[in-house]
Parts: sequence; structure tokens; C-alpha cells
Amino acid sequence: MRDVAIIGVGHTKFGRATKSSLELFSEAALQAMDDAGVTGKEIEALFQGAALPGFEEGQVMPAAFSAAELNLGPIPATRYEGACASASVAIRDAVMWVASGTYDIVLAGGVEKALLMGTAFATRTFAMSCHSPTEGPVGLTFPGVFAMAARRYAVEYDIPLDVLREKMAYVSIKNHRHGALNPLAQFYKKMGDLKVEDVVNARMVADPLTLLDCCPFSDGAAALVLCDAEVARKYTDDPVYVLGTGQASGSALSKMEDITKPVSRIESARSAFKQARLEPKDIDLLEIHDCFTIAELIALECMGFFDWGEAATATEEGETEIGGRIPTNMSGGLIGKGHPIGATGASQVYWIVKQMRGEAAKGNQIDPVPEYGMTDTLGGDFGTLCHLILGRVRRG
Amino acid sequence: MVGRTQEEIEKELSKEYIPLSYAEYEEGLSNGKLLGLRCQSCGKITSHPMPVCQWCGSRDMERVELSGEGELLTFTVIRVAPEGFDAPYVPCLVKTLEGPTVIARLDLTPEEASQELIGKRVKMSGTYKYEGDKYSAGAHVCPVFRIIE
Repeated sequence: MRDVAIIGVGHTKFGRATKSSLELFSEAALQAMDDAGVTGKEIEALFQGAALPGFEEGQVMPAAFSAAELNLGPIPATRYEGACASASVAIRDAVMWVASGTYDIVLAGGVEKALLMGTAFATRTFAMSCHSPTEGPVGLTFPGVFAMAARRYAVEYDIPLDVLREKMAYVSIKNHRHGALNPLAQFYKKMGDLKVEDVVNARMVADPLTLLDCCPFSDGAAALVLCDAEVARKYTDDPVYVLGTGQASGSALSKMEDITKPVSRIESARSAFKQARLEPKDIDLLEIHDCFTIAELIALECMGFFDWGEAATATEEGETEIGGRIPTNMSGGLIGKGHPIGATGASQVYWIVKQMRGEAAKGNQIDPVPEYGMTDTLGGDFGTLCHLILGRVRRG
Repeated sequence: MVGRTQEEIEKELSKEYIPLSYAEYEEGLSNGKLLGLRCQSCGKITSHPMPVCQWCGSRDMERVELSGEGELLTFTVIRVAPEGFDAPYVPCLVKTLEGPTVIARLDLTPEEASQELIGKRVKMSGTYKYEGDKYSAGAHVCPVFRIIE
């Protein structure tokens, strides 16, 4: 298998968009193609994440039309759907197809326009990636899933729920601090100075998670140009290499052994580390799926960055901030930057690449630039997990 | 001569791969019964039903009725509901006495739903009927549990 490099990245402003999904994706894709210095004629295939386009704009099969809008010719163009991990699984497959030698240059990314649906219908359609036969009639929601996980986390580690809520608040404070500094973020210049009281006293969404424990509904797109690593330097002085990928699947929530230790997340992260021949201690920067504050803590533990039950206190103590053991979600994460679900995985990669080039916003950029970065993307209630490990140098 | 007779193909089609369907599971719930499948290979219980044992993957399972009792593992109070549901309500996970965990609703008011309830003994007390929407393939039921200690 060949090594694969990212040679161009693009990202729309996240938040409420007036443009259509096709236009948003085109905007991100053209940015990425300009960044890479490639023309449409050179793109051999399109891999597009989109979770709910049928409900948003009545559009199924958006990938074909995206390729057509960009005049890429009659190339293979495929939509990937893994709920909120849609873009990450699209990118992972794009990497596989380039690594296999089938294509040399491809476009991958994702798009979503969730705000069109309004809160009640968006909550309904997002919940469709819960196990519909059993979780559907219960009326389970995603905040509900993670609220149940938070209560279980408090029991498992014998932390009083009020204390855990305060510790979880530091995830929101940190991610909003960085989202407020990120001009592409949904909450740019907003909520950059939250206090614990602001988070725990906000409106309750699913006890014990408040609105400020949750990421927002969002519109946006992000895209990448990937190519065979052998030719990457023809296009850019700063290629970023995909060193390892992992993907795993989960089950209905009730079939999980422990909802605070999702096996799908553990296995996916492990396979990415194994392929990259790296360990958590090698990673300098994370962009992880903080759909809820508790989700960031669970992710950090499943990926091996903290021992079980220790991520909450580590976060409170600044271990996941700039200068801490492992800076996490310096883009603002889903909570501060926004979460257009089909685009999120590509946005995470975009920000790792920007950090590696030293081009993240001041206050969010880590110094020195990271050598190794990792993304974590979650679809559904642990149904689809995907991890990507990126580096500034190729595997030795 | 290549090809198979219509009878041969129809015979193959008649083989049943689903030992307890979701519809039958829901019908059981509506009759106050929590149904499952006992694996003849590992002896463990699968519920909600699956085509194969949730523990060992065996297909050799027979239907059983569970006691409907278990332990409350966790819960939440939904305050922002999906379209088609009226908040607040209390989803929960219950570990049954027989082993498998099931998702359900808890028969409690939001004011009664406190963290100390986790670990309490619960028993199935009925069902909640979701009338459904155009995406739900009709109406469905889920079990409802209440605290018994």
C-alpha cells in the first residue's frame, strides 16, 4: 500500500448558511483545490460525507451532483453516511483508494445543513442514528444518550454528580474559549469567557447536561485534496501525511457492556495507532468529537490519553489546554466551532493540517507546530467510530 | 440441464432465520411480557431479540420469558424532545436479572429522578406506546419500569 498525503484543505464558515449544500461543498472543495494547486481535471474520484441531506434539502445522492457542480467530469462520486462520522469514513476510504494505487489524486470531505430542520425535527432526524427498533419508541435523543453516560461515569468512578458536572464544565469553557478565537467557528467572538456557573446553570437539555454541555446544530462544509505521497511535494512544501486510520462499529446502546467505555471507540483508536506505529505519548494535538462535554472525557480515555476515570480531573487541571499534556480541540471542537455533522471529520483534519502549517488562529495555534496530530469522530450512539493519525513526516 | 426448480427455490425461501422478531417482542411487551432467547450453546439470554446470540453468536436459541426484574443502570430526563414526543420523560437502561440490558422508560416524575436511584431494583410495569410518524414504520412500544425498593 502507498503512503497518502493531504495537499490541500478548504473549510466554510460554520454556523447558519444561506447557501445550499451543493454550494457549501463547492466552496470548501474549490478552496482545497486552490490550496493544492490542482485543477478539476486532475481529480479522479470524490468521497463525500453527508448525513441527512434527504431531510434537509430533499437531496439524496448529493455526491454525484457535487462532482457535476465542480465540473469534475463523470468520475466516481460517492456519498458516505456514518451519521456524525460521515466525513471521517469518507476520508478513510479516500485514503484506502489512493493507497491501493487505484487513484492518484482525489477529493474528500463533507457537508451538512442541519439548521434548516429546526430543533424539534433536527432532534428527530439525528436520533435516527440511534437503534430505531428499541431506542426509537423510547424517544431517546443524543443529549439523552450522553446524559445517561455521564450518570454512569459518576457511578463508576464514585464522583458526586454535582462535582462531575463542574468538571465537565471545563470542557465547554475550554472549547468555547478556542471557538471564540476561531473566525470560522459558529461561536466566533462569543462565549469566550464562560464560568463553571454559566455552564451548570444553563437550560437543562437532558439531565445532567445543559445547553452549554452540548454542541450546536450547524451548517457548513470542509474538503481535502489527497494524493500519493510520492508526488505530494510537487504540489506543496507542507504536505501532511496520513499515517494511520481506524474505523469500528458499535451496537444498540443496550448491547454495550459499558457505555462509558465504548468498545468501538477503543478498537478504532487502537487500529489507527497500530497502523501508524505510534502511541498516545507521541501525539501533540487532538481534534476529538466533543458532541457533549462528557463525550470529550470518554474519548480521551478510550483513546488512551488518560486512565479510566481520570480525564475529568485532568481537564479541570488544564492538561488538555495549550501547554498541557495533550492540547485538545484548539479549533473550538464541536462545542465552540459548530457541528455540521456530515462535515465534522473533514473540519477536524483541516484544523490539524492548519496547525501543522502554523496557520491556526492566534491563541489557538500551538508552538512549536505539532509533528503528530489525531482526530476522533463519533457517529450515532457509538455506532460508527473513526480515527485518523496525521504527521508532518512520512512513516519511517 | 442447469437451473433449479421453482419448488427448490421456494423451499429455500421458507427457511426462518429470525427466531423472535421485533414485532413479536413488542407484542410480548404489550401483553406485559419481556421476551428473550436462551442460547442452547452458551446458556445466556439475548433480549431484545437478535437473529444470533448476543454473547456467542450461536443461532441455536429458544424463546423464553424473562422475569421483568432488574437493576437500574442509568437514566436521564429528556427536556428537549424530538418531534413527535412530549418532554419531559425518563429513558433508562435496566440490567435484567437474567443478564441482558434493555432500554426502557422509567415510571417516575422528573422531580423524583435523582442520581441515588441508580442501582435500585426495578420491575417492568407496562409499556409506553409511541404512535409513530411517517419515518417510524408505524406505532411501536417500549417497556416501562418502576422502582420496587
